Parts: sequence; structure tokens; C-alpha cells
Amino acid sequence: MFGKLTIDALPFYSWVAMGGALVTVGGVLAVTFAVTWFGWWRYLWSEWLTSVDHKRIGVMYIVLALVMLLRGFVDAIMMRAQQAIALNSEGYLPPGHFDQIFSSHGTIMIFFMAMPFLTGLINIVVPQQIGARDVAFPFMNSVSLWLTAAGAALVMVSLVIGKFSTAGWSGYPPYSGVQYNPGVGVDYWLWALLISGIGTTLAGINFTVTIFKLRAPGMNLMRMPLFTWTALCSSILMTFAFPALTVVCALLWLDRTFGMHFFTNDSGGNMMNYANLFWIWGHPEVYILILPAFGIFSEVVATFSAKRLFGYTSLVYATASIAVLSFTVWLHHFFTMGASPNVNAFFGIATMIIAVPTGVKVFDWLLTMYRGRITFHPSMMWTLGFIVTFVIGGMTGVLLALPPVNYMVHNTTFLVAHFHNMLIPGALFGYFAGYMYWFPKAFGFTLDERWGARSFWCWLIGFYLAFMPLYILGLMGMPRRLEHYNVALWQPYLIVAALGALLILLGIVCQGVQLVVSIRQRQERLDLTGDPWNGRTLEWLTSSPPPPYNFALLPIVREIDAFEDMKKRGVAYQKPPRYHDIHIPRNTDTGVAVGAFAFLLGFAVVWQIWWLVIAAAVALWAVIIARSFEDDTEYRLPADEVQEIERQHRQAMAGALRRPDVDAPVPSNQPLPEGLA
Amino acid sequence: MINVSLLQCESSNGMDVIVKQAVARRSGRAAIAFGAALLVSGCDLTGIPFLDPKGPIAQHEHNLLVIASLVMLIVIIPVFLMTFLFAWRYRASNTSARYTPDWSFSAIIDGVIWLVPAVIVVALGALLWSSTHGLDPYKRIDTSVRPLDVEVVAQDWKWLFIYPEHGIATVNQLVFPSQRPLALRLTSDTVMNSFFIPPLGGQIYVMAGMQTRLHLLADAPGQFMGRNAQYSGSGFSNQHFQAIAEQPEAFEAWVSRVKQSSKRLDADAYRALAVPSSRHPVTYYSTVEPNLFDNIIAKYGHGHAHAGHAAAK
Repeated sequence: MFGKLTIDALPFYSWVAMGGALVTVGGVLAVTFAVTWFGWWRYLWSEWLTSVDHKRIGVMYIVLALVMLLRGFVDAIMMRAQQAIALNSEGYLPPGHFDQIFSSHGTIMIFFMAMPFLTGLINIVVPQQIGARDVAFPFMNSVSLWLTAAGAALVMVSLVIGKFSTAGWSGYPPYSGVQYNPGVGVDYWLWALLISGIGTTLAGINFTVTIFKLRAPGMNLMRMPLFTWTALCSSILMTFAFPALTVVCALLWLDRTFGMHFFTNDSGGNMMNYANLFWIWGHPEVYILILPAFGIFSEVVATFSAKRLFGYTSLVYATASIAVLSFTVWLHHFFTMGASPNVNAFFGIATMIIAVPTGVKVFDWLLTMYRGRITFHPSMMWTLGFIVTFVIGGMTGVLLALPPVNYMVHNTTFLVAHFHNMLIPGALFGYFAGYMYWFPKAFGFTLDERWGARSFWCWLIGFYLAFMPLYILGLMGMPRRLEHYNVALWQPYLIVAALGALLILLGIVCQGVQLVVSIRQRQERLDLTGDPWNGRTLEWLTSSPPPPYNFALLPIVREIDAFEDMKKRGVAYQKPPRYHDIHIPRNTDTGVAVGAFAFLLGFAVVWQIWWLVIAAAVALWAVIIARSFEDDTEYRLPADEVQEIERQHRQAMAGALRRPDVDAPVPSNQPLPEGLA
Repeated sequence: MINVSLLQCESSNGMDVIVKQAVARRSGRAAIAFGAALLVSGCDLTGIPFLDPKGPIAQHEHNLLVIASLVMLIVIIPVFLMTFLFAWRYRASNTSARYTPDWSFSAIIDGVIWLVPAVIVVALGALLWSSTHGLDPYKRIDTSVRPLDVEVVAQDWKWLFIYPEHGIATVNQLVFPSQRPLALRLTSDTVMNSFFIPPLGGQIYVMAGMQTRLHLLADAPGQFMGRNAQYSGSGFSNQHFQAIAEQPEAFEAWVSRVKQSSKRLDADAYRALAVPSSRHPVTYYSTVEPNLFDNIIAKYGHGHAHAGHAAAK
């Protein structure tokens, strides 16, 4: 009846695991209770969960990302604590638990923190940047979100029911095969990736089409803002890379469940095929994560230097060439597999070539600052911290691309330090910069800058403390994923790394405080103009938060920095002669239903509850077919309602401009919006 | 451009030569300072395999890292300087600094920022090509001394070493003469492992049904820690072994000691050994079943050695 699921699946095997389960269950219960207590269910359901508005979907993606960031960080600090004390001792975590933690840490941070974070930012910003009213496929957007959430839910459920994978975030067979890993952990991992991976593929398709087809009149490709460019490259990479992950996960699942032999040791299986397929997705994935961050840095550095972006064309070509090259380097993840020197050298050189466009980008950002007027808003601080730290990661990346050096430091903490060096300052700092930069656009008020700066310094110093020792340890020959060790020389470095993790914890606390403080002061922090930073791109033309249709009248683009150009020519706030009816996609609960049934399907497959697998698959199929018969998917917002919304916005904006005491005023060098009075 | 033949220099004075030559080619003072700092720390930080290599392979890999790092400083140092300089000079409160809000293109600057990294990559690419071929783990080490063949089998969670020349085998202890190349054939009788003796050289994956190769050499007698670097299950943290380089006479004496062991590695003993175990004690076998290594590979049915490197035999 319940397949492999028995009472033994509950985490009574260790106190720490039980604690994790209790916190998870307690968290879910607390949220449920709070929402019920305040009577928010109806609002939450009709305004958010069923929404197909790209801005709200974006916010929900980021909420998911921040929740998962906390979970992933708890994993991180547990590992640091274990390694700080586990010299010639077992520490406080048994191997069977420690390996679940490093597996879930990597899986969560990449698939359920970084991916939703960047997808959320792209969702909120890109349609507005290209002057569009929505994405190309709003319903599919909702499906993408809920498939991602379903994958995240599977990982979280594994804390309470059963165990998670012990095979690391890359799940190499044969260790992840059923012969060496008979439990449900690897299946949880596989199905979390399969379900969320399909969501990501759909999101990639959605944004590729949106950017190619929905740009405002006049915005040709070489007038797109840099963030849109990076989002486009990222989306194309998602569309082409993620199917490889879906296939490799499906094959491994067939191995595990139906005794097939794609990657087993015997009967013709070969794990080297897994390594190839996995990294054919895995290396583009690095650029999927990092390119949007590059886009954010480009926007932030131009805005807060009050200057045009230097070398726009170079930056576009650099972005595009990185995207293409990212498919040519996957073999550098396994130089030590015994390939011939010709093969290794080819992929090593291909890898190094990526350093060229990346270097160009760094210099373009620096030259944007040159002869600018730099304001040290926290978003700009994240950017500066990124530039300085990222080049160190770039240098160690080139070192790792040298096969003979790679033989020495592969699989050591040097490698761990390198990719955290790319993904924390490279990607995450960018997302944080974007979070503060676009927060007022999403919610209508700015975030507190002092707490933002505090969190930045904690993260930056914490990063150096946590990861520079790992570089040294890697050179000392310390492998990654050690649950305990017997080399006394390593311990001081691991203690410093643990202190670094604590400092990062402080940084996260600062971000929490920042959010609370800002929400409490939201009336004073209102952004009534829609343009709190004297922005240059079209998303600052809309009100904060924007109306459901974003633009009452589609803007006409004549320049790279379209909004800056409109402000200069004095046409930014021109009142249209008349308003039109606007068609807006209707909210639908189908997205939530797809996510819920996909979760059920995943859970049932993991525990091999076959009747539930069939039921969930049929239900999934039924809701999608039912949706395809739905004709009434849009509603019409009449012109006079549009006019009323726009009138209120103009009134608020004019009021804001007349009151110098308002927080976040319109900067003085901005031309006074015309036609407001 | 960096002279690739540097990599072939003697390990004893390798650092000096490298730093001198690299510095001679670099104009930046900071590069010299960094190199000097590395040199100093390289002498002091004993016990750090990478900075204190014990054999020519590790030495060359280490030299390559130092050279490549120095070359990359050509880009890194300007980035550091420009970041701090520009951030300070063009802060909004400094109204005396020039402000050109629309300046966004310069063909010369564009050319320089594409070309300089490109030239560096071409230089490093050449270094990469020659060093990857020179330090191919499958390549025999070029000396007049006949290498010692050892067959290595990874098991859960221990290492089996078979000495075909002597007909002996050991678990978790690899003893070999110093200044005589070690020619390893490796396979796994479990999940993928990565064989790694950091002070002697880089690692190589070992996989069931396949054979990989690795060549190492120790300059002088010494004891090093070797281990599996690829996560392989709950015994992974304990999966390390002693790698001991001995004087030739001491090695021969050790071989005769192993030959006196009462244990024999026949088919039954091998099956018992292959059962997963952690913290397995060092064990000596005075005899080994013939062709044991090849049979371990063959039982997985691939029927051929790792194809990618067939030519290297």
C-alpha cells in the first residue's frame, strides 16, 4: 500500500536529524497557523499563489530562494562546525548524516536558492526593461514557479520522511547507483532535480521568447539593457542545457528502479557517460547562474556612477561569447579521469579562453566608474566587493584549467574555495545587489541602507575568512567532503573558516533586520516616483509597484539607455492623448495544481507507491488537458480604469516632487517630469 | 613569453630559477614582491605538500601553478588598483574630479582590454599545451632507472597494492624505493575513487572495469600520506594509506619481510578482503593469485583497458 514507506522513515536515527525535522515541521505549522490566524488565506490564494503576473511570480520565486538560502546556510554552518572540531574525533555528526548535509547544501544552494533567485529577478525586471506588459507565456510562468517549488518541497520533505542523498550535489554513479546507495535519498535528489529542471527549461523558453518577441517598438537587440542581454543568454542556456540534466537524472533513475545499466559498474554500464552528460548541463549552469549577476552589476554600476555603461557593445559580445563557450568546456570537471593529454589540453585552453571576455567585462565596469559620480549605495558596495573578490576566483579558475595543476587540487578544498569564490561574490552578491536595487520597484518602498551596508561587510569579510583558508587547505592536500581527519595542521584553518561562516550568519541576520526595519518605516520610505535611483532603463518608468499592465502606453525606444534618453528629451512622463483597454491574463489555480500533483508524483516515485504514481500522473495530465480547453484566460481592463490608475500615480509623483522632506527624493540632477501638474 | 623548459629544471633549485626568470620577464614590482613572498613561504611551510613537493612531478606541477599565478597578476593587480583608485577618486562628494556622463566608448581602450587578456591566454595556452603533455600521468618518467610496477586496487574503504615483480601484496601501505620511478596501474573494485599522494604528484580516478595509470617519483626517502580524494561512502574519511619511500636496500629488506608473512592473497582471501571495511590495518600478503589485477578488471565485463589511453602503453 505504501511502497517502501514505513514508520522507520522518521528521523529517529540521530538527535541532530530529529531537530532538523522538528524545525521544518514547526516552521510549516507556524506559517500555516499565522496565515490562518490573520485570515490571509483568501488574499494569499487569489492575489499571489494563483497569480500569473510576472512581478508577483518573481516575488514568490525570491521568497522561495530566501527560505532555501536559510536552509542551505544551516547546512553550511553545520559542516563548518563539524570540520572545526573533528580532528581525530567523530565530531557531532556521524558520516551518514554529514554526507546528507553536504549533498543537500549543494543541491539547495544551486537549484533552490540561486536558480529561483535569478529567475525571480528576471521575472520582475525583464518585461519592464523591454517595455512589455507581461511575459510571452504567463500561465507557463506560473507552472515553472510551482514545479520549482515542488522540487524544493521534495528536498525539505526528505528532512522529515526518509533521508536525503549522500552522493553529493553531483550524484556521481556508481556510488549513487542502487548497489551502493539502496535507500531513497538519491531518488529524492533525482526527482527534486527532474521536477524543478522541467520548470527551469520552461522558464528558459518563456524568457527567450519574451525577449525576442515582446520588446517595445524601437528596442532592437543592440539597445537592450545589459541585464536583459544576460537574461537572454541565460535563458537560452537554460533551454539547451537543462534537458541534458533531465535526461541524465531519468537514466540514473531507470538504473536504480528498473535495474537498467546505463551507469552501473557491470553489464556494459559506464559512469563516464554520466560525467559527460551531467557536466554538459553543469558547466553552462555555472554561466546560467553568473551571467544575470553580471547583468545586475552592469545596471548598478552605471546607475550609481551616474554615467553611461562603458563599452556596451563589448559587454554584449563578451556575454554572448561566454554563453557559447560555456558549452565547450565541460570536460575540465574531470581532467583526472585519464583522458589523453590532447583532450585535456584542448578543454583546458577552451576554459582559459572564457577568461578573456570575462576580463573584458571587469574592465568595462571599472571604466564605467571612471569619471563618474559614484554613490556608495549598498548595491554599489556589493558590486565593488564582487569585482575585487571575483578576480581572485578567476585566477584560481585559470589555475584549475591547467590540467597538471588540476591533478593536484582537484577534489580538494581548493576546488571548493574556487567555486564558492565564483558563486558567492560572482552570483550571490549580484543577486543581493539586484534585491536592494529593485526592491522598491517590486514593493514601492526602499530598503534601509545602513543595515544593507552592515550586511555587506559581514558577508564580504566572512567570505574571505571562510574560503581563503580552504584554498590553503586544498594546497595542503585536504580533500573535500571529509567528515573527520587526522592532520593536526589543518585544524586552525578550519576553525578560521568556521568563524567566517559565523560572520556570514551575522550578515544574514543584518539582512533580516534590514527587511523588518524597512517594512516598519515603509511610509517614510515610499518610492512615489517609480525612479528612486535616477535609473537609466525602462523599468524605472513604471510606478513602484507597477500596475498589472506595467505600461499604459508602450514606450518608444530610441537609445540604449531608453529611460535616461526619454528623461533627457523631456518626454518620459508625457501624458498619452488617450488610454486604451488592456487585456490582462486571468489568474489561474492550474499552476498550483500542476506543482502539487508533480510533488505528489515525485514523492510517490521516491517511495515506489505505484498506485499513487499513477493517480498523480493522471491528475497532472488531466489538469493540463482541462486547462487547454479554457478559452476565457484574459480579462479586459477598461480604458477609464487605466486612466484612473495612471492619474493616481501622476498625482502621487507630483506630490513627491513638491515635498523635499520625503525620503528617497528624486535626485536633483533629474529633469523635472513634465506634464505632471 | 614564459620559457616552457623551466618546468624541466631540477627540483632542488627549481624555485629560485623560476622566480628569477619569471621576475626578469615581469616589470611590475608587485609581481616581484608576490614571488618573493611565495618563495619565502614555500621554504617555511613544510608539511604543506603543494608548497613543499617531494618529487619531480609534484615539483613541476607546483612550478606551473606559481608561473601561471605570476602571469595572471598582470591583469589582477591593475583591477585591484583601478577599483580602489576609481572608487575613491570619483566618489560623488569629490566634485573636483572630472565627470563625463556620456563617455562610453574608446576604440583604443576597447582594443587593449580585449588584447591584453587574449595575449596572456595565448601565452598560458602554450604553457598549458606543453605542460599537459609533459606531465601526462600516463607518461613514463624519463630516467635510466627501471620503474617499479605496482598494481593498485581501490576497495571500500582501503587500498590494495600488488607488486607483480615480487609476487607480494599489501593493504594500506605502499612502500617503494626513492629515486626509482613508480609505474602504477590502477582500478577499482567498488565505486569511483581518486588515487592521490599529494607530496608526490597529482591524482587519477580509478574506476571499476577500467584501468588508469599514474607515474610518480620520490626524490628521497620519506613517509607521505596517500588517500582517496573522491567521496565514496561512510568510510571515506578513513580511506588513507601510508606511502613510504625507502633506500633501495631498505626496500629489498622490506620485500623479504613481506614474503615471510603467513597470509596469502588467493581468491578466497581476496573475496574476504573486498567486503567493505573501514580503518583496515596494514596487511602483508606473501603470495598473490596470478593475474589478480586483470581479473578484477575483467569481472566487470568491459573486456578492455581504458580506451582513451591505449596508445600510452
